[in-house]
Amino acid sequence: MLDAEEVRTFVQGTVHFFETATGHPATVGSPYLCIDKSAVVQDYAGVIGISGNREGKVYFTAPRGMLSVMLMCMNETDTGEQNVRDLVGEVANTISGNARRDFGRNFVISTPTICDRNNAATAAATTGRSFVIPINWRSYAANVVVCLQ
Amino acid sequence: MSAVPKPRQQLRMMIVDDSNVMRRRIERSQQNDLLEVVGTAVNGLDAVTKFKQLMPDVMTLDLTMPEMDGIECVEHVIKIKPDVLILVVSALADKATAVEAIEKGANGFLCKPFTDDQLNEALAELIGE
Repeated sequence: MLDAEEVRTFVQGTVHFFETATGHPATVGSPYLCIDKSAVVQDYAGVIGISGNREGKVYFTAPRGMLSVMLMCMNETDTGEQNVRDLVGEVANTISGNARRDFGRNFVISTPTICDRNNAATAAATTGRSFVIPINWRSYAANVVVCLQ
Repeated sequence: MSAVPKPRQQLRMMIVDDSNVMRRRIERSQQNDLLEVVGTAVNGLDAVTKFKQLMPDVMTLDLTMPEMDGIECVEHVIKIKPDVLILVVSALADKATAVEAIEKGANGFLCKPFTDDQLNEALAELIGE
């Protein structure tokens, strides 16, 4: 189970990602323990499996419109399905990989699994309790969900 | 009369990342006139195969990739062309990973996420500009 300091790692990583990659800062709401996991799965989710000294998942889930605008902010002109799916995985990968600064190299991250509305709830399912980090970016809302044993 | 310095030869660059968005971002953002992007690869295995054909001078290399990761890829390409300049571009932010990549033969490390300026500074430093 995550402690407050560990949640802070993911909050800071998320803020840093949006500021640096898109040039537009995100605001992060208060992280909360998740009860209804299906409520935090949006159009797409990039899911990273965690192994090594911790077990679990980290995923980033966002609406399609937000991902399209993020691509445009990154000067990407192709906002088609392939790049939208690619981006949601890259965000999850970057936030998880950056967490190794605090968790160390034995915090082993998988390559991303990309899910959409049809399978996101299943792919993002976790066995333990999850912390949800709400993200507001421009007019959009997304979530980073962290479930670590 | 002072000698006119010889212009530096253009360097051939290969971009290796499993993310299409990242490959395109690096290709679009790099603005160094000395670098010409000659190829891209989607994982370490693909990179080694294409490296043998393209023999690039410079490589940007992600670490977390399917099929073959970046660290293993460094070991392979260094054997093929020992003087290749490798900039690791990865989200893995722990010092031990950066040190391992450098020990295996990489020449620089840029942590994702990055700005265009940070990418161009890292590439300029890599090629000694």
